[in-house]
Amino acid sequence: MTWSATSDPMVSIKNVYKSFGSLDVLNGVTLDVMKGDVICIIGPSGSGKSTLIRCINALNDIQSGSILVEGLEVNDPNLDKLELRKKVGMVFQQYNLFPHKTALQNIMMAPVRVLKQNKKTSEAAALELLKKVRLEGKENAYPGELSGGQQQRVAIARSLAMQPDVILFDEVTAALDPETVGEVLQTIKELAEDGMTCILVTHEMAFAREVADHIYFTDRGIIVEHGPPETFFKDAKDPRTREFLSQIL
Amino acid sequence: MDFIFEWFRTLYSETGVNLPFIYDEYDRKRMAEGLLTTIWLSLICLFFSVIIGVIGAWLQGSSLKWTRRIVNGYIQLFRNTPPLVQLYFFYFAIGTLLPRVENDWGGTSPMLGSFAWAAISLSFFAGAFNVEIFRSGIEAVPKSTVEAAEALGFSRLQIYRDITLPLAFRVVIPAMNNNLVNLVKTTTLAYAIAVPEMLYEANQIWSDNVNVTEMMIFLLLAYFVLVGVLVAGMNKWERAMKIPGFG
Repeated sequence: MTWSATSDPMVSIKNVYKSFGSLDVLNGVTLDVMKGDVICIIGPSGSGKSTLIRCINALNDIQSGSILVEGLEVNDPNLDKLELRKKVGMVFQQYNLFPHKTALQNIMMAPVRVLKQNKKTSEAAALELLKKVRLEGKENAYPGELSGGQQQRVAIARSLAMQPDVILFDEVTAALDPETVGEVLQTIKELAEDGMTCILVTHEMAFAREVADHIYFTDRGIIVEHGPPETFFKDAKDPRTREFLSQIL
Repeated sequence: MDFIFEWFRTLYSETGVNLPFIYDEYDRKRMAEGLLTTIWLSLICLFFSVIIGVIGAWLQGSSLKWTRRIVNGYIQLFRNTPPLVQLYFFYFAIGTLLPRVENDWGGTSPMLGSFAWAAISLSFFAGAFNVEIFRSGIEAVPKSTVEAAEALGFSRLQIYRDITLPLAFRVVIPAMNNNLVNLVKTTTLAYAIAVPEMLYEANQIWSDNVNVTEMMIFLLLAYFVLVGVLVAGMNKWERAMKIPGFG
């Protein structure tokens, strides 16, 4: 493994191109994420935000460019996907919990099946994670018995159970009721404060401003502008960024 | 018990309604064996047809073109031909190609008997439908759920076993029940290659006693009860598999 020094980025995306058929989605995206960083990717619908983070854990492949996750080249036909997915956790817009498993089983399943952890250890860890996302007592509830916000917190716990080095959040509050958005954002904020490396695609501008170390604005498959939240939200330079912010803020 | 047998004997002599499979020990034994053969054949075929369905649906999702083609060819072949012709094909065409083995009486007999051929033939017949049924169930599992499992590092086989199949099963239970009910009824075709199942034994009894009407009524009721028990069991299973907020 080449990745070792702490000054190396944890995730390094270089000149990534991606198209679905004749539709170009990513047109040369480059960005680095350092360990412990929280970065937010914002931008209009169809600008390639979700595709970009789905490429990081190889749910989508890329046409050209390089994505390095702790030295692991994602754009390598011989990529060990299991190795990659042990490093990268993902939380989805629609939670995507396993509906036939209880909250506890949802969290335990991957450590037991994929990491071959012993059941007792994983169960203890899963209960601890449920507590962390403030869902003690819900271990035997099925996803269908939980609210959207609760399901999303189980999904975050499920991702954490694999002890990833970086977690991707793909518009995780977009499907939630306004009153449950807060509880999920609070959970993510606590993770960020614990030093977890997070890459978020989000439409929650106030949240991005509060937790992000760095904001990236994408439009038509390129990164138009980026910067720390203080400067990004106050004096955006590109007219497209300004237009987007004026509509959304 | 004797007074019951006596009652049915009297029923016969007084009214002419002849139910020898109740009062006559020999016929009773024949009927019981027929019933057991039907149940045994049904259970074997139920089991293997579901196994074929699960494996076939898995192979249908293969990335190898020829694997998919073979599975589809199998489905077409068994779905588009009558089960009786399939049974004859297995028993008379394939059965005679196999070597004969020496039997207990010093002669030779076919390697596989009629019961084994009926079990094989009917399992493949119902299995072809089960593959299609399971495929429809697998397609009903949201792609995003499978993606979540992928993102957690599950392998394709683990996803199929732990996520896709359990969810697909719940979707397909009603369709599968229909197919399995048909399968139990189709076991009567084994009569054509002299498997001593219920219809065959009933035929033996009515040939000896000339009580065709009674035997026909009995057969109808017997299958009604048999399939009724299967359906009740399946419904119970369906309810037990229900999960809150899904399906």
